[in-house]
Amino acid sequence: MDKAGRDVWVFGDYRNYFQNRVTLQLLARGRELAAALGGELCVLVLGHELGQWVEEYVAHGADRVLALDHPCLRAYQSETYTRLLVDLALARQPRVILVGATSFGRELAARAAKRLHTGLTADCVELAVNDQGLLVQTAPGFGGNLLAEIVIPRHFPQMATVRPGTFQELPHDYERQAPVEWLPLPAGLKPERVRLLKSERLPPREQALENAPVVVCGGRGMASKKKFRNLQELARLLGGQVAATRPAVYARWSEEGTLVGQAGRQIKPQVLFSFGVSGAIQHTAGISGAPFIVAVNKNPGAVMMQMADVGLVADANQTCLALIRELKKRLRS
Amino acid sequence: MNIVVCLKQVPMVSELPWDSKTGRLKRGQAEGMMNPACKHALEAGLRLKQAQGGRLTVLSMGPPEAQEVLYEALALGADQAVLLCDPRLAGADTLATSYTLARAIQAVTPDFDLALLGCHTTDSETGQVGPQLAEELDLPAAFNVEHLQLAGRTLTVRRVSDGFLETLELDLPALLTITTQEFTPRETPLGGLERAFAQGAVRMLDALAIGADLELVGEKGSAGRMLRVYSPAAQKKGVLLTGAVKKSVQELLERYGDRLGGLIGQDLASEEEGHG
Repeated sequence: MDKAGRDVWVFGDYRNYFQNRVTLQLLARGRELAAALGGELCVLVLGHELGQWVEEYVAHGADRVLALDHPCLRAYQSETYTRLLVDLALARQPRVILVGATSFGRELAARAAKRLHTGLTADCVELAVNDQGLLVQTAPGFGGNLLAEIVIPRHFPQMATVRPGTFQELPHDYERQAPVEWLPLPAGLKPERVRLLKSERLPPREQALENAPVVVCGGRGMASKKKFRNLQELARLLGGQVAATRPAVYARWSEEGTLVGQAGRQIKPQVLFSFGVSGAIQHTAGISGAPFIVAVNKNPGAVMMQMADVGLVADANQTCLALIRELKKRLRS
Repeated sequence: MNIVVCLKQVPMVSELPWDSKTGRLKRGQAEGMMNPACKHALEAGLRLKQAQGGRLTVLSMGPPEAQEVLYEALALGADQAVLLCDPRLAGADTLATSYTLARAIQAVTPDFDLALLGCHTTDSETGQVGPQLAEELDLPAAFNVEHLQLAGRTLTVRRVSDGFLETLELDLPALLTITTQEFTPRETPLGGLERAFAQGAVRMLDALAIGADLELVGEKGSAGRMLRVYSPAAQKKGVLLTGAVKKSVQELLERYGDRLGGLIGQDLASEEEGHG
């Protein structure tokens, strides 16, 4: 092929294991990419007491695990982790490095890409290998309502982050065997300049939005905090949950925790009601799992209306109120 | 204390006018605004400056129109504003952007103590520039900061990362990215914007003025190449209801009752039990 190797690396992010199945999801897609490139699928895992994770990665399809297990790596710290990842990548020349788009993964991938002087595509929704052996990365682009296919033709490794839930993990296969290299901590590792004074695990995030069968989502078109509250009543009648877009969250009509999209939650309700939402890709990236969408917007040309199964060209709040009335009426009859 | 805040002008996408014939957004008419997280980063900088004294520089990269956000920052209390404006800088990915911003910071305010950025922009949401700028400047850094305290030359910051609330400590000079959680931006003072415009205080610099290697900036310095861009929407053949609100809502419930019914009917039944 060329000077870069053929291997695909996945960063073994295990810190918040149950939220971040993303490592296993990346292994599933990484296997296909490695097969297309004729290389190995390799997991790099850094930390302490890694045995359980190493086994898990092998069972989920890794051809090789590079493990660096040391008490001083117990805490996830991006300066040190970046140094270790970069040195190993320089020594072993993987062709592709995939990192889960967790808070830590985003930090680590951005820093490592900079050190390696290579490209990094954020929040890829699709990854494939083309006939030139380049990773074709599909990601939201240009702040608009577009997806872009991006390649990194002259820089290696080609790096990408992928949000949790984008790919499907493979089933466990405990019969699987793969070589595990336990690496020593490199000598002369500089101390981390950022001192971690305290790290408290927050209570697990509520998953109500992710699991809701009906979601009522409001955007800027709801026009005010007071009107936005009408969505609560509608959601109550529908047995659903209220979600919001970035402008609605930024205007403080709704809590940050209700943000749906690239920077927020990914939802998969059976029915999504979308009120006054324009449909920027940063939002629509979070609703791809909704099979039936009802959108309300004054603008029939809004992207959200084009994505909808049923679009109502109308004022968002008026329609919300009318729906509440109709539902209550039908309920009584 | 010498603070530099990087600001980006982003389009107000959700307020873009649309063409009623084609249904397309008129992108050329996009209003620009200061990226929200950048505004919070500026606020954090202004508060530090108020408490510590010193100088606050704002820096942006973009077309001439991006001066608007710099004037806004001057009106809010920034001392110095610099716009990197050069067609050769256009088309930069985060690799080239972080290189360019670093050269600019070193050219304009080499003795800075603290660099502040928004945690991400609303027009790309990658959040990569902060971490990459920290690497380029070789600074200790903390990202997605919600709270900060300065004692002497030591910053103590708080942030949430993957379900952990972390308290971190780092020494100046340092770099932080700020979320929109805290540091609610102050209002622009009356007449402040006019005063800032009248003073004409935005300094325009090109790639050479900041000593940048032209191979490393703009599209040329970027690693990624776009193969194609497409709209993921409009795959569905949806139905458009354009009548009066009440009629449309009734039509929705009648025509799609099956689709909505399973869920809604059931919930209405339980609703009846609860409230009937």
